[in-house]
Amino acid sequence: MKRAYWRIGEPMVWLTGAALSVTLLIAIILLIVVIVNGLGVFWPSNLVEAKLKDGSAVLGEVVKREPLHEEEGYRLQFKIGNRELNGLDFRWVDEADIQEMTNPVAVIALERSEYGNFYGFLKDVSPGQLTDNLTGTEEERLRQLMKLVDQKHAAIADQTEKLNAISYRMEDMRLKKRKLEYNGTGADAPQIIRLDNEHSQLQQEFKEILDNQNQMVANLRSAKAEFRTVDGQNKQIVIADIVRAWQPNLMSIPAKIWFYLGKLKELLTDDPRESNTEGGLFPAIFGTVMLIFTMSLFSFPFGVIAAVYLREYAKDGILVRLVRIAVNNLAGIPSIVYGIFGLGFFVYGIGGAIDKLFFPERLPTPTFGTGGILWASLTLALLTVPVVIVATEEALSAIPREMREGSYALGATKFQTLVRVLLPMASPGIMTGLILAMARAAGEVAPLMITGVVKLAPALPIDGNFPFIHLDRKFMHLGFHIFDIGFQSPNIEAAKPMVFVTTLLLVLIVLAMSGTAIHLRNKMKKRYTFGTF
Amino acid sequence: MHQSVNLQVQDPVIQVENLDFFYGTSQSLHNISLNFPRKQVTALIGPSGCGKSTLLRCFNRMNDLIDNIKVDGKVLLNGEDIYGRSTDVIELRRKVGMVFQKSNPFPKSIYENVIYGLRIAGINNKAVLDEAVEKSLKGAALWDEVKDRLNQSALGMSGGQMQRLCIARAIAVNPEVILMDEPCSALDPKSTARVEELITELRRDYTIIIVTHNMQQAARVSDYTAFLFEGILVEFGQTKRLFVKPKNKQTEDYITGRFG
Repeated sequence: MKRAYWRIGEPMVWLTGAALSVTLLIAIILLIVVIVNGLGVFWPSNLVEAKLKDGSAVLGEVVKREPLHEEEGYRLQFKIGNRELNGLDFRWVDEADIQEMTNPVAVIALERSEYGNFYGFLKDVSPGQLTDNLTGTEEERLRQLMKLVDQKHAAIADQTEKLNAISYRMEDMRLKKRKLEYNGTGADAPQIIRLDNEHSQLQQEFKEILDNQNQMVANLRSAKAEFRTVDGQNKQIVIADIVRAWQPNLMSIPAKIWFYLGKLKELLTDDPRESNTEGGLFPAIFGTVMLIFTMSLFSFPFGVIAAVYLREYAKDGILVRLVRIAVNNLAGIPSIVYGIFGLGFFVYGIGGAIDKLFFPERLPTPTFGTGGILWASLTLALLTVPVVIVATEEALSAIPREMREGSYALGATKFQTLVRVLLPMASPGIMTGLILAMARAAGEVAPLMITGVVKLAPALPIDGNFPFIHLDRKFMHLGFHIFDIGFQSPNIEAAKPMVFVTTLLLVLIVLAMSGTAIHLRNKMKKRYTFGTF
Repeated sequence: MHQSVNLQVQDPVIQVENLDFFYGTSQSLHNISLNFPRKQVTALIGPSGCGKSTLLRCFNRMNDLIDNIKVDGKVLLNGEDIYGRSTDVIELRRKVGMVFQKSNPFPKSIYENVIYGLRIAGINNKAVLDEAVEKSLKGAALWDEVKDRLNQSALGMSGGQMQRLCIARAIAVNPEVILMDEPCSALDPKSTARVEELITELRRDYTIIIVTHNMQQAARVSDYTAFLFEGILVEFGQTKRLFVKPKNKQTEDYITGRFG
């Protein structure tokens, strides 16, 4: 009886099954935590006013409810906002101290470009020099005014773009001049005089636009609104500082969904605000995706070519075996070591040499001799190339010998066989390697921190200024973003929701990228194999 | 030693002279001398490990792919030593085609499979390729079955069709000699019959050397038969004669099924 039990192997089934379940469970729990916390962030929950027994009042969103430590009962965490007045965004209140909780209808919530959210009641709207044609209730007047301010904002943003373009050109001229001077052209040479003239012309233009813009901004900022907080203070807020205003206690479910979608759009398309704890993640998303693509561009061909050499051309001997062991071990080196290598070799070594050779006029300001997306990609490529090599080698060695012989027997050279038969047949396996490499690269943060990632990048690595792709630029990255807002931000409690959102987004991006790659791989599999891979 | 081996063949296409073959230090072919008649089917028979596949693979230098081999002696194709210094292996393999034990179509369309040898030779003229495809597929008795799905993957064919495709692929480059290494061992009887029929037809245009384990097959399709045993050529002669009246005791034992 007992022996039969062992012979059937049931304990092994249970053991292996349990191991798999535990792994899956951990992954699923992680995902659920991230999804639950991440998806709820943008929901406009109702605002609660709690009248306390001592006569004061608290207004805000109820974030959390937890039991007290030593006494009986519970306490509530309110997000009370109004950071410049209260000093803190959050406040704990004992339930025992609360006399009454209500959802006041008129309460208004503001998302501001500074100092976080504001919760209070609208008293008065004063449009300043902006307009005289506001009608309706104070709330309606506020909405009309905000719409107007938005339009004006767009005009100002246009001008900022112009200013950026001009300053880019001015910097270009300054560098040209420095280059001429560096090469020994005298200060009275015609080219330099011409450059000086153009430069001062541009400066004039710049100044005009800037003055005009300052005027517009001053004009815009004269529009204000006055609010009353729950504890009776009055607070004047410049309309231009309000990102959005909503009255959660009045909103219907569809309105709330609409609001939620608006916030999601902002997340995906806008720049971050408030030291990254508010606003969008667009530059970080862009940086992450571009980093992975640039990395693949380097690691994929190098890995495949190296593997082809090892498997097809190199004579199998002690040296090849040593190289193979070294490649396998390369994947186990801590990523920070790669980062340091990248900093020393790529940034200071190659980047420094490029600067000396091609951009001497810019020194001591480095161009390529400082961290940038190119160096970060190369560092990550180095880190992931072993994965590609191992996968490619496995895929090549799994091709039956008859395939090679069939090709050789028809008079094909080694190279023709490789390109026409072996690589297509190995492509699903190579894709698997690339997927693993991309997933690994997407998750790395440590090596990026010293090779080019920044908290806030002034410009994207791709823009409208010649030569359009600026691989020397620093960039933002979702993984680093998580670290930065989670642990380096001045207001960690307020930044917490953003950590979950960012994590969720990073997971989704990795999922989307490897999903695409897996789809491609399955297509190749269908085309190139007998289904025995 | 073996008088029976020195058969006079008129106009041989491949002449083997005192061929020794070594895998590392172990010798697998011993002093083989043999002439293969032009436009005839010659069968190589013998028990497993007797060296018949190795011998076959000497004729298109397929053994070159293996490390640590050594070839002594001469193999002449139309009088030229294929192990000579000036031999172009690529050119040789175009003249000496090969069909393998396991059918090995490439993961490409039927069309691309047939013209693989032409493509790698740099021929890209559509008309030439189309003509070659039709001719080769007809030659391999496959045209009627696949003419409507030339652009579909070759991997969707049946085993017998795949093997005939491999034959079509081999004859598309217009070789002089076709080597067949147990071409029917993985096929069912019906497909085997078709391939055998095909071999009989191909013999009009090509010299065929076939390795087989199947005595009946050798008797059915070949004009000449060579019997190898432990790396030694024991007997070579016209199939009719060799199967009916073997001169050597070992040959007789093997043919009558006493060993092997």
